[in-house]
Amino acid sequence: MSSIQQYIDLYESCSSAVDAGSTAVMNLPRRDALERLRGAKLPSRGDENYEISDLEDVFAPDYGLNINRISAANVDIDEPFRCDVPNMSTSLFYFFNDTYYDDNIVRPALSAGVIVKSLREAGETHREILEKYYAKIAPMDDAQVALNTLLAQDGLFVYVPAGVVVERPIQVVNLLRAESPLMVNRRMLIIIEAGAQARLLVCDHTQSPGVKFLNSQVLEVYVGENSVFDYYDLEESSIDTSRVSSMWLRQAAGSNVLVNGMTLTNGFTRNNYRIDINGEHAETRLLGMAIADGRQHVDNHTHISHNAGYCHSDELFKYVLEDEARGSFTGKILVAQGAQKTQAYQSNRNICAESARMHTKPQLEIYTDDVKCSHGATVGQLDPDALFYMQARGISCQEARTLLMQAFMSDIIDGIRLEALKDRLRHLVEKRFAGTLAQCRNCLGTSCHGKMKSIEKRKN
Amino acid sequence: MLTIKDLHANIEGKEILKGINLQVNAGEVHAIMGPNGSGKSTLASVLAGNPAFTVTGGSVVFNGKDLLAMSPEDRSHEGVFLSFQYPVEIPGVSMVNFMRAAVNEKRKYYGMEPLSASDFLKLMREKRAIVELDNKLTSRSVNEGFSGGEKKRNEIFQMAMLEPKLSILDETDSGLDIDALRTVAGGVNKLKTANNATIVITHYQRLLDYIKPDFVHVLYKGRIVKTGGPELALVLEEKGYDWIKQEFDNMRGE
Repeated sequence: MSSIQQYIDLYESCSSAVDAGSTAVMNLPRRDALERLRGAKLPSRGDENYEISDLEDVFAPDYGLNINRISAANVDIDEPFRCDVPNMSTSLFYFFNDTYYDDNIVRPALSAGVIVKSLREAGETHREILEKYYAKIAPMDDAQVALNTLLAQDGLFVYVPAGVVVERPIQVVNLLRAESPLMVNRRMLIIIEAGAQARLLVCDHTQSPGVKFLNSQVLEVYVGENSVFDYYDLEESSIDTSRVSSMWLRQAAGSNVLVNGMTLTNGFTRNNYRIDINGEHAETRLLGMAIADGRQHVDNHTHISHNAGYCHSDELFKYVLEDEARGSFTGKILVAQGAQKTQAYQSNRNICAESARMHTKPQLEIYTDDVKCSHGATVGQLDPDALFYMQARGISCQEARTLLMQAFMSDIIDGIRLEALKDRLRHLVEKRFAGTLAQCRNCLGTSCHGKMKSIEKRKN
Repeated sequence: MLTIKDLHANIEGKEILKGINLQVNAGEVHAIMGPNGSGKSTLASVLAGNPAFTVTGGSVVFNGKDLLAMSPEDRSHEGVFLSFQYPVEIPGVSMVNFMRAAVNEKRKYYGMEPLSASDFLKLMREKRAIVELDNKLTSRSVNEGFSGGEKKRNEIFQMAMLEPKLSILDETDSGLDIDALRTVAGGVNKLKTANNATIVITHYQRLLDYIKPDFVHVLYKGRIVKTGGPELALVLEEKGYDWIKQEFDNMRGE
């Protein structure tokens, strides 16, 4: 039996509580979601597009849900920022598990007409906007989307009206904290109207080490004509956190979109990025990085669809995998018939220890003649010549590896269009690599082992 | 300073060094010459600790310590410097960060505090002048997009920064035009003191016009087969290596 059944049972036993804890617009599609989920299965390992990730497995455990919307007490919202992303001069918003948290938070006023608030609340105050956009582009025949639609009660609503430039970046901090296993269902609806500009930074933090979390989220993003939208997604969760996130983004003519997904610490992560370029002269840059060791699992599945001509997309994902880490990247680019003069570039580069595994799958489907498309994938190790060169200058093997891995990630960080975040991320990545090496003396790279071996051999 | 005794080394099972003996004292300049494939660069790599080579016999004592037991970074801290024949490009690592890490790790090794940012930049400025290295290059990634001459100048700049006791210059003259050669050699000479020593590995005599050796050794088939004064380099320049090859091969009956 599919692990979906337990969620169907749960919903059927308390559908009125689910509805009561949400808003009419979010309640409306639940029926449809429920019907589609009956008899459905989540993708399992080996299914198409799920070479390494098993969602049936991920959704199978018995997690608690906060259906009655019991509010968060004693939330220490400062905790993750002491070490991570302080002083970014952002407009800060918080989610505690899947509940919007707004107690006594003072922040500067947003630009005129800009709305950033709880989706549930927006259902009351801006019902007509939600009715027009909610659950419209995330397709219900995707089981994870249907499940999220069935169970999500709250989320984030961002609305930037036409022509408004939001100078101050919007930062959303998602905190996971619980004493027993918890599933959160988050939903985001983001609408950037024509000629508007906004930058959104979303940080995932898990504050309860040792507690299992399942974070299932669905994002729907509308990017209007000639608008500019940056979306930065930074995951720093725990080894016991599973995350399944799918973004459905539609961009109109002349728009410019940057999406950057960064996984620094996690347990199991599957990110789906589906971008539809529906108008001419649009630009898309999709970036991603994953740093994984231990038994971390990072799977990014991307699909960029060029549905109109004269657009440019550029995609780059980089992974550093150590220990028993597992990584996967799928990059599908579809150039529809008639999308003339499309330029689509894709690259996936990986540094993978011998004990780790990386799966990479570029997929180009082109139905038009006059296009420029390219893709490339590499899996390798750190350059032993560069390591030796640095060691010969007195830099320790550990430090040399850290510098090289940081350097490897530099183009992902350089792609960030937010100076303060760029600096911050450089620091975080440095800490991440340095921490990894300090934790695990056994997982120093092969070339350093090589060195040790040659010395030992001589002594014998 | 450096005593090499019966040093044997191989790479992927192939023996390259077949018993090297060499004594280098403080204040001396030794030139090691020899035909292609004789083992000159291997000797340099082995002394610096390149893990690609395996030492199968012999000993190397450097200032009383067993050099071969040390990691490459500790050899550097102890004062061994290799100027690479092919300096490695490291995209994404800036020269400044690279040098700061190198200088500060050495200081750490000797129990000293890291240099302050201003002292470090002052040091960089001072040492850059020795080889006339462009300021722009130090703000770029290590060796990335450097011309051949700039790479070699950069090696000598790093040597100046680290103030080694023993510098091994591996084919530092290769790929240099005459002006660059003069600058690089000038840098090496400026850094020379009575307390440090230099091993110059070269195929040609021309570098030795600028860096005057006290001893010239000829390496052939993994052994030093001839040692002489500076005049030996001139003989080699005139007569080539064939006569030495013949002499050696006849002697061994090969």
